Amino acid sequence: MKPPLLEITDLSVAYQTDTGPVMALRGANLVARAGEVIGIVGESGCGKSTLAAAVMNLLPATAKVTGGAVRFLGQDILTLAPQAQRALRGTAMAMIFQDPMTAFNPVLTIGDHLVDFQHQSRAPYRAKLARARDQLALVGLSDPDVILRRYPHQLSGGMRQRVAIAAALLMNPQVLVADEPTTALDVTTEAQILHLLRNLRQTYQGTIVVISHHLGVVAELCDRVYVMYAGQVVEQAMVDDLFHAARHPYTRALLACDPASFPNLTPVLPTIPGRLPDLRDPPKGCSFAPRCALRSARCTVAPPWAQVSPSHGVLCHEVGA
Amino acid sequence: MSLLDVQDLAVSLPLSLGLSGAFKPKTARRLEIFSDISFAVAAGETLGLVGESGSGKTTLARALLGLTPTQAGRITFDGRLRATQADFAQMRRTSAMMFQDAVASLSPRMTVGALLAEPLIIHGQAPRDLAAKVADMLHLVGLTADFAARYPHELSGGQARRVGVARALALNPKLVIADEPTAGLDVSVQGEILNLMRDLKTRLGLSYLIISHNLAMIRHVSDRIAVMYLGRLVEIGPTRAVFAQPLHPYAQSLIAAEPLPDPRKRRADLAISGEIPSLLHRPKGCVFQSRCPQAQALCRSDAPVLRALGPNRLVRCHFADPARLQED
Repeated sequence: MKPPLLEITDLSVAYQTDTGPVMALRGANLVARAGEVIGIVGESGCGKSTLAAAVMNLLPATAKVTGGAVRFLGQDILTLAPQAQRALRGTAMAMIFQDPMTAFNPVLTIGDHLVDFQHQSRAPYRAKLARARDQLALVGLSDPDVILRRYPHQLSGGMRQRVAIAAALLMNPQVLVADEPTTALDVTTEAQILHLLRNLRQTYQGTIVVISHHLGVVAELCDRVYVMYAGQVVEQAMVDDLFHAARHPYTRALLACDPASFPNLTPVLPTIPGRLPDLRDPPKGCSFAPRCALRSARCTVAPPWAQVSPSHGVLCHEVGA
Repeated sequence: MSLLDVQDLAVSLPLSLGLSGAFKPKTARRLEIFSDISFAVAAGETLGLVGESGSGKTTLARALLGLTPTQAGRITFDGRLRATQADFAQMRRTSAMMFQDAVASLSPRMTVGALLAEPLIIHGQAPRDLAAKVADMLHLVGLTADFAARYPHELSGGQARRVGVARALALNPKLVIADEPTAGLDVSVQGEILNLMRDLKTRLGLSYLIISHNLAMIRHVSDRIAVMYLGRLVEIGPTRAVFAQPLHPYAQSLIAAEPLPDPRKRRADLAISGEIPSLLHRPKGCVFQSRCPQAQALCRSDAPVLRALGPNRLVRCHFADPARLQED
């Protein structure tokens, strides 16, 4: 059997801070196959952006991988030489960032950017420019020749995010990581970008990893979803199972909190009592136990990963068994 | 009798056009942010103001408190017309603003205690035992008294919001204007802040004007909503009725564009195309005509007025059909 496009096993990452290491990721596992759209959801501080940075091998200098591996087509990319890592980025793997303004250099035109991003290709300049033009047309920008001559500040947020998507797809990467791709956009623009991403996947052969805190975005786009809490993956399921048959108490609480999820008006909105654990000193047992309604004596021991079905796994004592 | 009544309010800002601007007539040198804004907030009511970025929501909030000069219109608050800076200074004693970025709105060099005491001192209402008053204020928003010694950077996003709420309530206002009160908060924390605001509303008899682009949130907290597009109110009505049957094409597409947390309700088609035009290139006629799926020749020539369609519902559209209302 072919190895999956992307496979993360037992990945642990710690950030060095003045007050000691912060365990941002603690044994995260993820598999992404060709043609799949994977969602990673969780609230701030759960480790989803650290996971994305690890996939792209773009962890900041203060971060240290304390264990585990990130495999691209079976090869561990964390142990590659920096040069080999750079060769992968942009060609085999690409990223769409949250803020489409800061993703571009303000003194270069869009055309300059899109040609520059193809620096690893040996094609002549005009071929690169033509490719850039085709990509802009592909992402639904109606006047690609004009856009090529524009500077980033001359485009609206939605147009910039379209250009960012075109840029990410330029070298036809096999792994596309989108970190909060619509968070900085307005509702109607967000709908357009979601529509675009969904249309693109019909022709795109690789895998897309979408990171979002917005449950609606994940429900619209993804095939399979990982839910993260306090640096761990606590549940993994097909999108329909996750939204209609979630098992982990955190996932269920998170779904219940989203004001978009209840059709009737309620006088009191549900919340999750308590706070995230301090990841400088992560709890020995289940991280969610202090806030969990189902907790019992055995939750003081680290819960095992349990498959409730071949495609649905959960990190919990109470619902896994 | 409404607490806040706004009639035909308009704000425009001067544009610097450089040398070429000097040759243009004076009227062309101003950028219209919004105009023809009329609405009311009743005592004890929550009005939700929704719209996308650039629609003029935040400028409207500032204008209501006299923080941005207006070019036309009348603001009546608590039975008195507010026109001069003195009027607004008096108004700001009984109305308060919760600013969009909770952490940035708290001075990093002041403790939470000093930040909470500041409005009392400025308005000359500091009691003799200021520390006890600050502790009471912290208690009101669910924080312990020891928070008074902390600095803003030591607060989490949710705690900073709570301090923002406490600060807004310092002078016992009648009206609180909350600009994106939950932006940047996680969903589980968002609920806490909204529940707190709702609880304080009933306990203290407050009225709210909540400004947000988050439709799902605004739907649960507002009695009525007003939808704003490119500096115009395009629809106002009771929240439940507007969400059940939006009448303005923009309100319809806005509600239809919201991604739902249910993969079984994925949207196959696009509710709306294009993007909100620049204020510099405001469309002629109806502001929404450049994106409206139902736009006709009339929409491109004549601007529609806000007209009553059904009970308590106002819509700014030539073709919005009141017959649709009678179906249910």
